[in-house]
Amino acid sequence: MGAEHLPTSEFDIEELEQSMTSSDPADAPEMVQLLASDGTLREDVQYGPYAAHLDGEALRGLYRDMFLVRRFDQEAVALQRQGQLVMWPPLLGQEAAQIGSGTALQANDYVFPTYREHGVALTRGLELSALLKLFRGVSSGGWDPREKNFHLYTLVLAAQTLHAVGYAMGLQRDSEDGVSVAYFGDGASSEGDVHESMVFAASNQSPVVFFCQNNHWAISVPTEVQSRIPLSNRASGYGFPGIRVDGNDVVAVHAVMRWALEHARSGRGPVLIEAFTYRMSAHTTADDPTKYRLSAEEDAWKEKDPLKRLERYLRSSNTADDSFFEQVEVQGDELAAKVRAEVLAMTGPEMVQSFNNVYADPHPLVAEELAWHREYEAGFADADEAGENN
Amino acid sequence: MANMTIAKAITAGLRETMKNNPKSMLMGEDIGALGGVYRVTEGLQAEFGKTRVVDTPLAESGIIGTAIGLAFRGYRPICEIQFDGFVFPGFNQITTQLAKIHARSSGDLSAPVVIRIPYGGGIGSIEHHSESPEALFAHTAGLRIITPSNPHDAYWMIQQAVESNDPVIVFEPKRRYWLKGEVDTESPGQDAFSAKVVREGTDATIVAYGPLVPVALAAAQAAEDDGNSVEVIDLRSISPIDFDTITTSVRKTGHLIVTHEAPTFGGVGGEIAARISERAFFSLEAPVLRVGGFHMPYPVAKVEEHYLPDIDRLLEALDRSLAY
Repeated sequence: MGAEHLPTSEFDIEELEQSMTSSDPADAPEMVQLLASDGTLREDVQYGPYAAHLDGEALRGLYRDMFLVRRFDQEAVALQRQGQLVMWPPLLGQEAAQIGSGTALQANDYVFPTYREHGVALTRGLELSALLKLFRGVSSGGWDPREKNFHLYTLVLAAQTLHAVGYAMGLQRDSEDGVSVAYFGDGASSEGDVHESMVFAASNQSPVVFFCQNNHWAISVPTEVQSRIPLSNRASGYGFPGIRVDGNDVVAVHAVMRWALEHARSGRGPVLIEAFTYRMSAHTTADDPTKYRLSAEEDAWKEKDPLKRLERYLRSSNTADDSFFEQVEVQGDELAAKVRAEVLAMTGPEMVQSFNNVYADPHPLVAEELAWHREYEAGFADADEAGENN
Repeated sequence: MANMTIAKAITAGLRETMKNNPKSMLMGEDIGALGGVYRVTEGLQAEFGKTRVVDTPLAESGIIGTAIGLAFRGYRPICEIQFDGFVFPGFNQITTQLAKIHARSSGDLSAPVVIRIPYGGGIGSIEHHSESPEALFAHTAGLRIITPSNPHDAYWMIQQAVESNDPVIVFEPKRRYWLKGEVDTESPGQDAFSAKVVREGTDATIVAYGPLVPVALAAAQAAEDDGNSVEVIDLRSISPIDFDTITTSVRKTGHLIVTHEAPTFGGVGGEIAARISERAFFSLEAPVLRVGGFHMPYPVAKVEEHYLPDIDRLLEALDRSLAY
């Protein structure tokens, strides 16, 4: 292959997209959508029934959850800008993918998130400020994963997908009807661990749902550089179903996730869901999207905003009125104020805790270094005391 | 007492573990019907079934990563990696995930996964089948690393590894798999994470572990024939290292030689030399010497005898040490 056949630049998206669509359009999977961008409902014979239980109250609940986590996210960005967090990975734009999938879970299902699943955490009933401990630098975790069946955030991409499969293998051995869910992104889909996790899951027919949020950007690199085919198509290569769902449609995501969980729960093996969505903000607060993508693309996705479309439906169907939206705004501000207060009160742990948690059982080297550290620190205390006495 | 090889002692130890702990399970490539490439798991699948002795897909990261997930549900997975050089596809899961979960979760979670790795050279094999990567793991906090050198320890240390609440890597000296010896199945003798004086002496100390313990003992015997009394310590545990036992010995002998098959640069021997220099500087009558592999990829089988520490190289180091 000569250099003339290579993409002319790393981010020549047009050329890459052309090469993808010119292969065989018949391979492109249909995208499940139940709520269109204009706020109108669509029929879907297969997945529609999985959203039929969503009455007015449930739909208002989905909107409230999306609104609250967006407000939380805004507050976290503000806290980072004010120097209160060392960094923050915003979820702006991905609320439907997370709230829609998270609300489909049962209590005994177990979530293995990456580091952006703030919305899923909300659906699990986690105190959202706990998520900020990692980003404030006071903990490498922040919560007990077993309390809400929501695992710690994992920063090494895709490592948690294998943990999810192992957990699912345990569920099988324990004859429990829980499902293990692995969240990851389009960038992580390039990691070898995703491949190995899907091989293990298929080989064991484990009750695991792979939930890939294709938010189009792995920091600055577009999805097209990760995959020449739609990511959901990869599932067939492993021998289990892959579904592409409109990730900005909370109703469709919820329905598809319910179907997938039922599939896994009933012993029929894993499912891959590709939630086709968009990260409207930066990868993290350390990143500048204006350097790698066009504002026209961002503007196009703003039209598909998950909150706006549900609001359109709620209003047009008289499911919610101004007072509801005003009430949600107030709840959002209250949540933000609470989170802010809790973050500002977060202080670092004692250094001794870092020594104590290296091993589960006593370890002589750690004990020796802790003893040295204590003596060293005590030396400063003695010096301070001596200084005060002078 | 029973007489058996190291390989069969590990099999017997695994069998005891599987009997005593219903949550323990074996995972790895070819460990079922075949019984593993070294037949260490031979017969165990027939005895305990396919859900407890699992032939996994051929993927080391997958083996370790799913073992971690199983451990979160209370299982005690014991993973087999076929050869030392094949652990690296699983290195990420071991060092960034397995080793750190207890610390990251502030102690809420632990992952008591055991990883068995046949290691070391001297079997005339091809590349990636003769390496000693223990220092790469010893550098990572959160892991425990042990290596038996005889059937008795092999029988007990594998069981103690599974009982540990921390992740443990068991490096098995593959060229000693067929070494026979007595196993006292009634009593372990001592804790897996401690060293043992296996020969007493007064003039110098040799610290060895795994495959080189018999070499060190033979060198000590040869030295005795030359009139020198050499103490030999079987390190047994590489993380943590039992520095107390080594320090006590060095205070007596004043001379220390550390030997391992792994390259000396950045190796376990350097760590022992540094710590003993700190702890027993005034007892040392010579610098701590290391006898190990060279700074090169493990060489081809036709020259490996020149790479591996042997009796002559240990005696040469002993001469240098005693000449100070």
